[in-house]
Amino acid sequence: MQTVTKEMLIAKAAELLDNGSVTRVFGWQKGEFDYDVTPALFHSAAEMEKDFVWNDFCGANFSKYLIKDKGEGKVLVFLKPCDTYSFNQLLTEHRFDREKVYAVGIPCDGMADIRLIKEEAGEGVTGVDTEGDELVVHTLYDGDIRLNRGDFLAERCKVCKSKKHVAYDELMGDDGEIADSARFDEVAKLEAMSADERFAFWQNELSRCIRCNACRDVCPACSCEKCVFGNPKSGVENKAASDSFEEKMFHIIRAFHVAGRCTDCGECSRVCPQHIPLHLLNRKFIKDIDTFYGEYQAGAEVGSRAPLVDYTEGDIEPSKAVERGGANA
Amino acid sequence: MQVNEGFKPTIVAFCCNWCSYAGADLAGNNRLNYPAEVKIIRVPCSCRVNPMFILRAFQRGADGVIICGCHPGDCHYTSGNYYTRRRMSLLFSMLDYLGIERERTRLEWVSAAEGAKFAATMNDFVEQVTKLGENKRLEDLRCKQ
Ligand code: SF4
Ligand code: SF4
Repeated sequence: MQTVTKEMLIAKAAELLDNGSVTRVFGWQKGEFDYDVTPALFHSAAEMEKDFVWNDFCGANFSKYLIKDKGEGKVLVFLKPCDTYSFNQLLTEHRFDREKVYAVGIPCDGMADIRLIKEEAGEGVTGVDTEGDELVVHTLYDGDIRLNRGDFLAERCKVCKSKKHVAYDELMGDDGEIADSARFDEVAKLEAMSADERFAFWQNELSRCIRCNACRDVCPACSCEKCVFGNPKSGVENKAASDSFEEKMFHIIRAFHVAGRCTDCGECSRVCPQHIPLHLLNRKFIKDIDTFYGEYQAGAEVGSRAPLVDYTEGDIEPSKAVERGGANA
Repeated sequence: MQVNEGFKPTIVAFCCNWCSYAGADLAGNNRLNYPAEVKIIRVPCSCRVNPMFILRAFQRGADGVIICGCHPGDCHYTSGNYYTRRRMSLLFSMLDYLGIERERTRLEWVSAAEGAKFAATMNDFVEQVTKLGENKRLEDLRCKQ
């Protein structure tokens, strides 16, 4: 159950629009169903009354939208705790102008994963409401189905790393704590497999990639003006030109490009239409960085030095690193 | 070695201009042997090696890739090899995580005075990759003749 309501957010936006602090608002817009929520830009309270939503499907992280936003005056952006890490990371990389943004931190009680809900509730889901710890799923064929909300949260929310906002101009509701998250457990499980099993696992996952580039486009760390994977001469820019090698290439390189800057916001796994567990690649890098160079959370502070643009004289050698990395031979 | 008898791996060696490439030269001047399968690519600094180069080498049929640079502290550009070390630690660990044999990649520090170390390293690496056999996991079939 989200503690801050949609009405409270609209009232806050109306107040800021009225007194001229902001001229527009980044918020979640309702789609055909409760659960297909789209990121949108609103210009008035009336527009928000009509289409704005704040429910258990507002996963979209607005930090990256600030890069392209070029309107007059300030923009209001609502940030969940995990979104504030991306916000800080982009500030560290000088990707948007802090002066042009009014950030309102809102508490988040986790976002639901519609895919899990549909797997359980079957066909014809027309809407989902939250009542306390339960999700009430309205279906065409089986009436209302009640589910335990905690079991149907998105993967990244089940292992939420922080309920604490690390950036905001104003906070609504109460701030939480940095959590002791179990987010590396899955990585450790993979590491415990044999090399052949790992190869088979990734071959199976990555070969499903259709190279829609959604993971790249949504990623706040992937914000280069020109992307290596956007070059039509490279032969790697789309699925038609690719083979099993290119799939691996794309994912290894993408994960590497964001290594040390990835805040583990989980957006890539959320948007992947093929449900590839991309977080397992990024978290491997985060885990390795933590083990080799000391714990580092991208976006925790503005201006922190990312591990890959830093070094110490006594750094671990790659031959030792592979062993320390924990993966089975 | 019986298993892969007759197999000659293709090895790509990225050598830094200031130390390891000169080390290779010295190995030649001293008539030290190392296998002809080692194809040396000269780079201005080990730090020039983009992870993409390594994957590309594998794609185009390399069976092993080795990067050689100046010893830590001796980089011609002061700190290039320190960055290389971090990058390669993470990249090699990631390749290993994806199930690609860790023995196919290596990073070694070879100075301009270490002709013998250069030859020994190459001999050792070629032997290691020969034992593994052909690289099937990262090759691109379209690049095969
Ligand atoms: S790689 Fe994925 S988890 Fe990391 S910052 Fe990008 S979208 Fe977020
Ligand atoms: S979002 Fe999924 S299918 Fe699309 S390119 Fe990324 S991994 Fe591939």
